Amino acid sequence: MTHVLTFTRSTPDTAAKVWVDDEGAVTWGEVATVVNPWDEYSLEETIVQAAHGGGESTVVAIGSALHNDALKHSLAMGIKNALRLEEAGADCNDSLVWSALAAGAIRKLGDVDLIIFGKESVDVGTDQHSYQLARRLGWTMLGYVSRIIDADFAAGKIQAERMLEQGKQTVTAALPAVISVMKGINEPRYPNFLGIRKAAKAQIPVWSAADIEVELPKAATTALRFMNPPARAVSTEIIAGADVKEKAVTLVERLFEEKVL
Amino acid sequence: MSVFVWIETFAGDALPSSWEALGAAQTIADGLNTDTTALVFGENSDEIADDAGRFGAQRVIVCADDRLQDHRLESYTALLSQLVEERAPSAVIAAATNRARELLASAAADSESGLISDVIDLRVEDGFIIGTRPAYAGKVLMEMTANTATSFVTVRGRAFPAPTPAADSAPEIEAVGADAIPSELGVRVDEFVPETGQVNLTDAAIIVSGGRGMANNPCAAPADMSGNEANIWKAKHGFANTLRPLAEALGAAIGASRAAVDAGYIAYEHQVGQTGKVVNPDLYIACGISGAIQHQAGMRGSKIIVAINKDAEAPIFKLSRYGIVGDLYEVVPALREALEEKLG
Ligand SMILES: Cc1cc2nc3c(=O)[nH]c(=O)nc-3n(C[C@H](O)[C@H](O)[C@H](O)COP(=O)(O)OP(=O)(O)OC[C@H]3O[C@@H](n4cnc5c(N)ncnc54)[C@H](O)[C@@H]3O)c2cc1C
Ligand SMILES: Nc1ncnc2c1ncn2[C@@H]1O[C@H](COP(=O)(O)O)[C@@H](O)[C@H]1O
Repeated sequence: MTHVLTFTRSTPDTAAKVWVDDEGAVTWGEVATVVNPWDEYSLEETIVQAAHGGGESTVVAIGSALHNDALKHSLAMGIKNALRLEEAGADCNDSLVWSALAAGAIRKLGDVDLIIFGKESVDVGTDQHSYQLARRLGWTMLGYVSRIIDADFAAGKIQAERMLEQGKQTVTAALPAVISVMKGINEPRYPNFLGIRKAAKAQIPVWSAADIEVELPKAATTALRFMNPPARAVSTEIIAGADVKEKAVTLVERLFEEKVL
Repeated sequence: MSVFVWIETFAGDALPSSWEALGAAQTIADGLNTDTTALVFGENSDEIADDAGRFGAQRVIVCADDRLQDHRLESYTALLSQLVEERAPSAVIAAATNRARELLASAAADSESGLISDVIDLRVEDGFIIGTRPAYAGKVLMEMTANTATSFVTVRGRAFPAPTPAADSAPEIEAVGADAIPSELGVRVDEFVPETGQVNLTDAAIIVSGGRGMANNPCAAPADMSGNEANIWKAKHGFANTLRPLAEALGAAIGASRAAVDAGYIAYEHQVGQTGKVVNPDLYIACGISGAIQHQAGMRGSKIIVAINKDAEAPIFKLSRYGIVGDLYEVVPALREALEEKLG
């Protein structure tokens, strides 16, 4: 049976104030987390493609129980199964450790045809997890997908449109594959009342590295410190003038003085 | 060991942001007492290799294998990983474009190396390469280092100055084969439709952006349209006939808020912000944009911000250096005229 899988995580609400506290840790106070906004598109696409293939959908988060919120949101949207991987002592902020765990989970599941990622996470925003997982699995990677023209699970083929900086590329690749999707690929649905109720009751299984028989690599990166960005004091000049023309002339002069024109 | 810089090319030209990456690489190479090696793959590599020399690369590795056509990730990764394995560079650096993000992440996974992405500052301390990168939409900065023999780094566009090219230079150029590229690639490219005649947002020195306010175009929509359809028509007309002429006079790229994109006024490629592009031009002109926090996340790094908004209380004014309170459909044309008068 077709199996479409997606990864997601919780991120602080995009409107939240985020800062570095006196201990040097990143905090957003009491503000709630949301499902990573880019993942609304990958979750929707996972539901759509799983239905198209007449199969299963699964969502996976790697990390602490903080990510249960994102998993529950995914279930409420209509993803069938959720799974969380947590390994005490594993530095999941390192994308190579992360992808080793992710690849282990995919191998353990054994039957995944297509993995769909959101383009990036709004908090760390590295845009690198999908590629490293694809590489570890040895699967084809299609990044920046703006449209799936057809996922033919029976024939083991996918045709998709990718949004590159220089234009749109249409490609065909063999399944299994990993893809990352852009905003605009679909209209993400809102969870309905029934979905939310069902998700609230769901028990989410938690796997460890031992459960998936993964020997974790050493973290390849270290976060040395977090800092609050230097305050940027802008004094705003509202351009005055008798009429629009005069204001426009003054603004153009200012911009020449600033040497940006 | 040398510092590698991937010079990204498209249709036989180097991307300007690659020279910024080369400049950043030179700083790292100086700190590590080594040199820079530009990697030029694909079409027209010989000519680009000479340019890389003029922009400061001491060595250039070129590869013009046919399988590099169509920019398929698999072939580029195989080639880069082969070079990393053979030559153990101290670092592999590239501009943080879409293609570089996927290429460097993939090759870093192959060699189990650390990757520091989208940095805005780089330095060497005790032999370690330390990158500073924005996180949480720029609300926080973080310093990162790689613990591995090779550090992979992508640098944010316009965060590092491009070196001034020398009149001529004689870099050491070496052509290599690409034995590592599989003969059968997993991806077939069926079609490519280029985006033509537009300035790339992330490279742009000047950006003119439009928001939901673009719909308040005083011109009349066609008689058979009403409601939302008429609004979309008016906003599109405004982007094409009011914003674009100003952008053209300035040599600027066109940006947009998410509200404008979601309403269908302009394509998603133009969206600036947390779920769009992050830009840092010298000049950002926001027209009919209120300045929501998620929009700010994409443009706060601009050197000079100008807001044109009819609401004097709009939050965008708080982060702007200059503001004009007024109707953008009066201000923008006046601005273009003033500019043309000034330039003669
Ligand atoms: C998870 C998430 C991610 C998001 N990502 C992004 C993102 O990437 N980018 C982004 O931009 N937003 C993003 N948003 C949306 C953001 O919160 C705002 O809704 C959006 O930026 C508002 O766009 P706007 O300023 O064009 O519209 P509005 O807030 O409606 O502002 C329109 C402005 O136009 C002015 N105006 C109207 N008519 C005229 C006129 N004739 N002349 C001059 N001024 C006029 C009004 O005074 C007003 O200030 C995101 C939101 C969420 C929740
Ligand atoms: N810890 C995690 N668990 C699950 N998914 C993740 C995790 N970290 C990143 N992702 C997903 O990977 C994609 C790319 O994120 P990033 O590479 O962090 O920009 C997004 O869809 C994220 O939701």
